Order: sequence, then C-alpha cells, then structure tokens
Amino acid sequence: MLLLLQYTLLYSSVLILVALGGCFSEHSGVINLGLEGTMVIGALGGALTMHFMPNLPAPAMIIMVILISMLAGLVYSLLLAVASVNFKADQTIVGTAMNMLAVAAATVIVKAINIAANPDKPSATLTYIAQKKAFIVNIGSFEFNWFMLVTVIALAAAYVLLYKTKFGLRLMACGEHPQAAASVGISVYKMRYSGVMISGLLGGLGGIVYITSGVSEWKFEYGVAGFGFLALAVMIFGQWKPQRIALSALLFGLFRALSNVYDGIGFLKSLNIPSSIYNMLPYIISLVVLALTSKKSRAPKAEGIPYDKGMR
Amino acid sequence: MKNKLRSALKSNAFQSIVASLLCIIVGLIIGFIVLLIIKPDGAWKGITDLLKNFFNRPNGRLTLKYLGNTLVKTAPLIMCSLSILFCYKVGLFNIGAAGQYCVGVGISLYAALAWGLPWWLCMLLALVAGALMGAIVGVLKAYCNVNEVISGIMFNWISLYAVNMLLSTVKESTSPYTIDISRKSVRSMLPSLGMDKLFSDNRYVTIAIPLAIIIAVAVYIILDKTRFGYELKATGFNKNAAKYAGMAEKRNIIVTIAIGGALAALGAAMFYLTGYEQWHCSLSSVPAMGFNGIAAAFLGGLNPIGCLLSSFFIQHITEGGAYVDKMTYSSEISDLISSIIIYLCGFVLFIKFMMNKRIARSEEKRAASGHVEPLPGTDTAVIVEENGKGGDE
Repeated sequence: MLLLLQYTLLYSSVLILVALGGCFSEHSGVINLGLEGTMVIGALGGALTMHFMPNLPAPAMIIMVILISMLAGLVYSLLLAVASVNFKADQTIVGTAMNMLAVAAATVIVKAINIAANPDKPSATLTYIAQKKAFIVNIGSFEFNWFMLVTVIALAAAYVLLYKTKFGLRLMACGEHPQAAASVGISVYKMRYSGVMISGLLGGLGGIVYITSGVSEWKFEYGVAGFGFLALAVMIFGQWKPQRIALSALLFGLFRALSNVYDGIGFLKSLNIPSSIYNMLPYIISLVVLALTSKKSRAPKAEGIPYDKGMR
Repeated sequence: MKNKLRSALKSNAFQSIVASLLCIIVGLIIGFIVLLIIKPDGAWKGITDLLKNFFNRPNGRLTLKYLGNTLVKTAPLIMCSLSILFCYKVGLFNIGAAGQYCVGVGISLYAALAWGLPWWLCMLLALVAGALMGAIVGVLKAYCNVNEVISGIMFNWISLYAVNMLLSTVKESTSPYTIDISRKSVRSMLPSLGMDKLFSDNRYVTIAIPLAIIIAVAVYIILDKTRFGYELKATGFNKNAAKYAGMAEKRNIIVTIAIGGALAALGAAMFYLTGYEQWHCSLSSVPAMGFNGIAAAFLGGLNPIGCLLSSFFIQHITEGGAYVDKMTYSSEISDLISSIIIYLCGFVLFIKFMMNKRIARSEEKRAASGHVEPLPGTDTAVIVEENGKGGDE
C-alpha cells in the first residue's frame, strides 16, 4: 500500500508540473501540444547531466539536474514560441512536430554518445543507477523523493503568480482578449513568450521527474509514453486552475500507479485482470472524465488564435 | 511570356509546391548539419546514401525490388495522410489516425489468422472497425465537446493495448510476433495481379498501390466536386453558420472523423495483409505510420494528389535512413529530418504571405512607373498611365 502511495505521489508530481506548464501557456493564448516533446528534451538534459557528472555530492546533483532540465525545456519551447507568436503558425501542427522532433533528436543524440563510447553497442538508453540515489530520502520504509517537494513549491508559486500578481493577471488577459490587453498597453508578444517559456521550464522539469521515478535507466526511443498528453487531459479536467489540477492529477496518478503495483495488492491480484487492462485504465478513465465534464469546459477564449493586431 | 510567369507565381498551387520544396530542402540541410556535428567525415556520404535509398543497391534488378519495398510501405502512408487531410479540411485534427491504424491492424490480422477470411472481407472489417472508432471520437466531439486531439491520443493508447491483447491470441508460440500470414491463411493475402512481376518478382507488391491512388482521386472528387464534400468543408469553416444554413453539423463532424478512421484502418489492412511485416504483440508505442501521415499530409499542401508525392518522398527518406553507416550514425536521422520538415510546414502560410507581399510590391512599382500591365488573373494587357490612373490597383 505504501508503494502505491509512493508511486501515486510521483506520477501525480509529473502530471502536476506538466499540467501547470500547459496551464501557463494556454492562459497566455498559445496551445502547447508540444509538452510531450518538451518533457523528452528536459529528461534528456537531466539524464545527460547525470551521465557526464556522476560524482557530484547529493545537493549539488539535485540542483544541477533541476536547473539543466528546466533550461533544456525552456530552450526547446522557444521553437513553439517563435513559430506561433512571430510567424503565426498553426499551433497544433507545430506542437505535434515538436513531439516527433524531440523523440527523434533524443534518440540520435543518445545513440551518438553511446556509439562514441562503445562502437559495438548502439543503444538509445542512458543509465543513472548511482546518481538517482541523490534524489531519494528514506523516511522509514517510504521513499520520499525531493521532486515531490519541488512540485508542492511549484504548485503554490503558480497559484500566487497567476492570481495574486500583476504579471499573472496580465498573462490571463492575453489569453482571453489580447486586443483589449493591447489597448491598455500590455505587450501581448512578450506575455505570450513568457507563457510559453514558463511552460517549457515546467515541462522540462516534469520530464526529468518522470524518467527518474521508479526506474534507473531510460530508453529514449519511447519518448515519455504519452504522459504529456495525459497531463493535457489533467489540465482540461482541472479547468485551467492550479487547485483543481492538483486534485485531478492525484486521481490520474493513482490509476497510473495501479498498473505498476497491482500485483502487490492482495485482492487486485486475485481478480486476475490482464496487465493490458491496467495499462489502458488511466486513458479510459481520462476519456470518461473528459466526456462528462467538457460540456461546460471554459477554455481561455483566445487560445489557439494567432494574435493579429489589426483585428478587433 | 513574362506575364504568364507572373500569373503562375501568384497561383496557389505553384506557391504550395514551392513552399513544400523549400521545407524539404531546409529540412535536409539541417539533417546534414546534424550529421556533420556527430561525425564530419562521413556526413556527405551519409546524407547522399539516405537520399539514394534503393539506388544504393548494386544492380538494376535489386533496385527495382527495393523500389517495390518502398512502394509497399508508401500505400499505408498515403491512406493515413488522406485520413489526416480529409479531417483537416473539415477543421478537425485527426491525430487519432495512429490508433485507428492500430485497430485496422488488429481486426484485419485477427480476421485473417483466426478466422481465415478472404482478403476483401478482412479489409472490409478493418474499414468498419476504423469507422466505428472514428465515429466515437466524433460523437465525443459533437455531443460532449471533447477536444478531438486529446480523445484521439487517449484512443491511440487504448487501441494499442487492446490490439496487443487481441493479437496475442494468434501469435507464434516462441516469439512475440503474430503468425506469418503466408503460412496460415493464403487467401487472406492481397492479390498481386501481376504487379509483383514489374518489381523483379517482389512478392510483397500487390494491388495496394493502385488502390491507394484510386482512393486518393476519390477523396479529391468527394471533397471538391460533390455537395457532400462542400457541406463538410462549410461545417469546418464555421460550425454555427453551417447550422444556420440548415446543414446537420453534428452529423457532419461524426461522419468526417468516421471516414478518416476508415481510411487509416484500410491503410493498415493494405500493409499487413501483404505479409511484409508481422505485428509485435508487446509493442510499447503506437506505430509511427499514423504520425508520418501528418507529415505527408502537410508536406503535400493538403491536396490529395500532392499527398501521393509527399508520401512517397517521406517513405523514401525513411527507408533511406537504413542505409546510413550504423557504426557512426543511427537510422533515426530520417525521423529527425521528417519532423523538421513538418515543423517547417507550419510556416508555409508565412512563406506564402511573404511571396505574395513581394509580388504585390513589385507590381506596385511597375504600375507606378507606368507600362503595359496584365489585368490580374488574365492575359489581357492594359496600358497604365504615367500618373497611375486607369486601373483598379
């Protein structure tokens, strides 16, 4: 049961971080479908840090990994920012392209590194068994991961930033009616850039949390197994509000964790449900939940529409 | 002559082709730079090997055979890109095409291996299954306002796991792959009707390619020349206006995604019923064919005939990735190039806008300096006065 709690908190942290990122971006008016790709790039950045600097002391390791994955995610999200804000490209295509690009780029980079180290074994896997121990603090038999603390801080900071500061309110204005915001003197371009860059930060962080949760190596050919899109569903179910995002993330994290730990739980194991059903469960639950709640869904009004100064 | 050239420059089709070619060239250049960064010596050979694909083979006969292989894989890509194109024209992004492709694989292989049905029945069942899946996504969008991108992604993963479960019942006992169709149920395999002779007795080449081309032409006719297609496009432009005009917009959305699903699933049947590949029953990610279809659709300028060409090109470089030197590079470089190309396709609108701006500016200059000018869109000449009067410009 403790294992279930642990995995639930870990997966929920990933979902909260990435969903908050998507939330910032969509509040500023840019649909960020490339969150999955941003997670992969952030994960790549963090994994490369651990690969090339394996002997740092624990606090330094944590800080470096967090900083570099956030930076990697931020730089990658600039691809979306430039395309959608300056070039008025279709945000869904750019996002999808970023997802495909990230997985391909990560595979090429990791394979190049592995081949340079050992030409006989080209693989797209990076391992970090020893380095991962830096992130974990054992409280009794419960493995507390520092990333859980980071998530709580991020959640609180996001709530304050969005609802209690000038910056946050202006950001939300750009997603609801950018022309009205522009008429008061807010630079919509700068706000949208900030929104997308913050989503890149959080997405990158979510990526590194995902690949260090529970496993000690990651095969980059798999990307992040659809987690970025699960986070988007969490964001929609949470109606773009940080408090509700946290609750919906816990729900989805629970179901995702179940597929990992179900044979440890007595009565579930006796039901003999095949593992594929457990794998499908988070996605089925998301669909059901979305079907029931999207009728009254209130997305930011101007999201997805490229900002045109000339329009009303 | 110059006027004909100028009016050609303004035509939408020409601009789309130029924009797509630009995307391809820039994508290839960036791929070349990546190869250079990894290892400078082999980069030129790497990129040319990737582009040559089957021309790398030593003799003409083998070249034809591997051309046949590329064509076998192009047919499903054409179908997937048609699926994306059809839905995009109606304003919907059918990213669930990958999941519908999976469902097509599952149903057609199961019908072939477990029930031994003839090939046309397997294809029909796959088509119906894909249409059903698409219809569910459509119903969720029309009645529950669920974004079709999110529901499409969810269904991608659900269908992957479901198909893995289903096909595990018809797999080999010692390997995770499904049973080879040619051993189990020969009448489920697509007939080749002599196509295999054209490609040096490549037994995988079947009627799939001509069928895909016929379906592409059919999609073009439906979208552009029928009332049904017009209604669908109108619903895509403005749902409420279409409803006001009396079109059943909810039904249109559902039918559109259902057709998209049917196309993608049919593509899957066209590929797996040739026996070229067997399905890996513990596949952990959705097959890339559905997502490459997005690339092919946009690269083809969202035109069914353009999709035929762009699908062939994308498959060509994907196969070409297998020829790069595996000791230094990885075959994923072709995926990298494809994804850069589709990223750049998002800028196509901007490229066209820039081209039109330059054309308009040069025309203004010519009008201001005053000389014979063709009326826009025609070939008749009009004498424009020195002071600019005498026209509508």
